[in-house]
Amino acid sequence: MKSTVIFQAKLSRIIYMSKLKEISLLALTGAITGFVNGFFGGGGGMIVVPMLIFLLKMKTKTAHATALAVILPVTVISAALYLSFGSFAWKPGIPVTVGVTAGGVAGAFLLRKLSNKWITRIFALIMLVAGFKLLFF
Amino acid sequence: MVVLYALAGFAAGVLGGMGMGGGTILIPMLSVFFSLDQHVCQGINLISFVPMAIGALIVHFKNNLVEKKGVLFIIIPAVLTCIGGSFLAKGLNGEVLKRIFGAFLLLLAVAEFFGDKIEKELEKKFL
Repeated sequence: MKSTVIFQAKLSRIIYMSKLKEISLLALTGAITGFVNGFFGGGGGMIVVPMLIFLLKMKTKTAHATALAVILPVTVISAALYLSFGSFAWKPGIPVTVGVTAGGVAGAFLLRKLSNKWITRIFALIMLVAGFKLLFF
Repeated sequence: MVVLYALAGFAAGVLGGMGMGGGTILIPMLSVFFSLDQHVCQGINLISFVPMAIGALIVHFKNNLVEKKGVLFIIIPAVLTCIGGSFLAKGLNGEVLKRIFGAFLLLLAVAEFFGDKIEKELEKKFL
């Protein structure tokens, strides 16, 4: 009973949040995502995924899959710019690309089957270690 | 060396294909373990993302995991601002960029650990 009331209250607030506000929040998300992805050469998905869940009420897996569709056009443009700047090396670039692509397809199949709680944790730990190393050493 | 590069790529690709930020793992791996210039690491990540994302998206579309509603409102501004971001990164020294990237990673790691709590707080405030 209590949860129904809370749910209804939430629902009315969602409707109250006007369409315009939602669109501007989506656009703001996009603007930040694009900038981050261009500046850092990646990582835009880390912003898009939670925002898709939060703003568009997507399920976790749907959000992860949809994030790729958002980031792809952004990455194509950034990649072209980085190439034109000479910020690329073929020798490591080719094997990495082959590895990433093979891994990516494997990961896409896995997404359907996996609970991602622990993957997320391990992933966060690696980021933490790498972040410290990059920042201070 | 080639095998190591491919392995690093594969590990990052698995995460990337799941839409979990393969790049945020690949870039520090290349930069920390292979000592490549930060700009080059970022460039490699961008290039390698393209065929990976296309492959993964084909699978996701087949599994009906991609939603289109409202997404264009995110894509259009993102495509525009990524140009500015790329140029800004180009103008920075690799060492400086590396450090800013490190700080960005730490921020993401914290957000990842406390993601559930932050989400609940946000819901309380906005919903």
